[in-house]
Amino acid sequence: MIRSLIYSLTFHSIMILLTILSLPFMLREPIDLPPIVSVELIQITDKTSIPFAPKARKIIEEKKKKEEKRLVSEQAPPAAKAKEKPDRIPLPNEKKEEKKMVKKKQNPEEIKPEIRQSSEFEKKDVIDTNQIAALIDKAKEEEAIKQKKNDKITQSSRKDSFATGLTLSQEDALRAQIFGCWSVPLGLPYDEDLLVRIKLNLKKDGTIMKSEILDHQRMNTPGQKFYKVLAESALRAVRLCQPLKVPPTGYDKWKEIQLNFNPTEMLRG
Amino acid sequence: MRKFLFIILLNFFLINNSHALIEIDITRGNLDPLPIAVSPLHVDIKSENYNDMDIKELGGDIADIIEKNFRATGLFNPLKKEAFVQKPDIAHLKPRFEDWRLIKAQALVTGKLLIKDEKLKIEFRLWDLAAAKEMTALAFTTTPSNWRRVAHIISDKIYERLTGEEGYFDTRIIYVSEKGPKNQRVKKLAIMDQDGANTKYLTLGNELVLTPRFNPTNQMVTYMSYFRNMPRVYLLDIETGTQEVVGNFPGMTFAPRFSPNGKKIVMSFAKDGNSDIFTMNLETRVVERITDHSSIDTSPSFSPDGKFIAFNSDRSGLQQIYVMRSDGTGVKRITFGNGIYGTPVWSPRGDLIAFTKMRKGKFYIGVMRTDGTGERLLTENFYQEAPSWSPNGRVIVFYRETKAGSRGEGFTAKLWSIDITGYNERQLKTETDASDPSWSSLLSK
Repeated sequence: MIRSLIYSLTFHSIMILLTILSLPFMLREPIDLPPIVSVELIQITDKTSIPFAPKARKIIEEKKKKEEKRLVSEQAPPAAKAKEKPDRIPLPNEKKEEKKMVKKKQNPEEIKPEIRQSSEFEKKDVIDTNQIAALIDKAKEEEAIKQKKNDKITQSSRKDSFATGLTLSQEDALRAQIFGCWSVPLGLPYDEDLLVRIKLNLKKDGTIMKSEILDHQRMNTPGQKFYKVLAESALRAVRLCQPLKVPPTGYDKWKEIQLNFNPTEMLRG
Repeated sequence: MRKFLFIILLNFFLINNSHALIEIDITRGNLDPLPIAVSPLHVDIKSENYNDMDIKELGGDIADIIEKNFRATGLFNPLKKEAFVQKPDIAHLKPRFEDWRLIKAQALVTGKLLIKDEKLKIEFRLWDLAAAKEMTALAFTTTPSNWRRVAHIISDKIYERLTGEEGYFDTRIIYVSEKGPKNQRVKKLAIMDQDGANTKYLTLGNELVLTPRFNPTNQMVTYMSYFRNMPRVYLLDIETGTQEVVGNFPGMTFAPRFSPNGKKIVMSFAKDGNSDIFTMNLETRVVERITDHSSIDTSPSFSPDGKFIAFNSDRSGLQQIYVMRSDGTGVKRITFGNGIYGTPVWSPRGDLIAFTKMRKGKFYIGVMRTDGTGERLLTENFYQEAPSWSPNGRVIVFYRETKAGSRGEGFTAKLWSIDITGYNERQLKTETDASDPSWSSLLSK
């Protein structure tokens, strides 16, 4: 009797352990992976095309015209081009090329996808802070190129949060809203580790029930006055932004939310 | 058995929690100046008259100075008083936060003052309107004639509380005041508060004065003056007005500047077409040679920790900026860009070096990291020079010469300031033309 009980207990506990260890991984993959790709594509094209619609339309029309011309040439006696593309069904590669062309004409050097995204949510007040350095420097443009590289990093870092309960657009909406409310204290040193993590408990309408700074002890540590200033500015931003733009459904997923305020990239210049 | 069940349950809760928390990175915000409301200070009815001061207006005047200081930083946006929703005395006790938030203010400054027994007592409070709480509160007692300085000190305290770095309002700027046509220029040493008030002239203008520089630790100034056509380095105590010659050096002396502890001056001597850098201990008056090179080495400036000296030299052909240890070893060139670089000045914060760059007939004031990377040119003009840092390393003051008349005849020289972000370029008001500015450290330090 006791032996069987022991067996039962050990096997059960093994099973529980296995579930604890494997459950999160099992959950994440099938649910979250497929939408990632599609959502991202839709996001960027949708938003980028809005403010530049007239221009984009022109470019697309031009593109179409060109293609029509190409079709004509296809009817002509077999040429090297025709062999390369025997049918006019656009191949995935071709599609990509088209997109690239469109982007080029929209002058992507100056307008980055991230800014376009945010521009939908708050059309006025988003300044391209990543480019301050480039703006300041009136003679050189190298900085701007460096900044672009940095931009790529931020985009990849945002991918970490895909495994959360918000879709990319919902997350973007929230992020853009807080960008607008957060007056970054510009006196902060750029070479210090300044990351403020704020945990929020939200009500269903997006108002804040409770806000908590996760590294609270740093607030009153001597020599950490920059941290304190940053934390206070972050708290102000969150309070000013109330009610936050949260999705109408899935309250359980976003009732607790953590915001990581990190101005280093902006201040580095 | 119960324990076991409890552990299992606990584990389930932990799993749930680890899944629930959404994390969002906020890497950008807006750069709009922070909207701040500076309520006029409430004047206590028990206040007594003092000399011919208009006590009733004093509260408003102090608030005006604070506002002006904030606006000049470019970091704050003081709101118009007409929109204010509460009387100064009530707001000072406890503001109605919701109402102040309605006018889009994020911070509020309130205060009151009392003049009694020939003493001025001022207290102020800074309120965080979003959090509905007091951020800081201080009281000062001084002689009533010091009211302008108190306004600057209050500005400093608020600035420090809101930005995390020291303010720079309770400071002075020394400069060379210039008058007259270019071939007969009268140059006097002048000093003023950083906001342009209280200008005083320290020399009579009989001798040519050049390159005044503040001691970073006190109110001493070193400058060059031509006495009987001999350039000499002087020390001047602004508090007492005493002046002394540091030494008669052979040949020409250029650009004296204090070490961070104020005990040495570093300068360059020119002799036989060659110029090198020397230091002089002000206590022992011992002169020490730092560079020994056949090229022209000038404009030395210490790093704030005193370990390094930045200077410019033409040893590579064109004039470029170099950094060496303070004993003259380990000389390293840090600028490699096109053009000529000069007047390096190390930031009091230690992270940047300000410089003047000449390229294709234009002058730029710029900053770069101390290893020469991250060069940023802040402002461009036909002629501008002599950057000097605010004590917190946030703002640079320099002078710029422009054509005065509409037909391009004559010229004026004025002081300008610019934030290290390249924003907020402003002209400082001076009574006369001005050049060669040097910013003091905080007076109240």
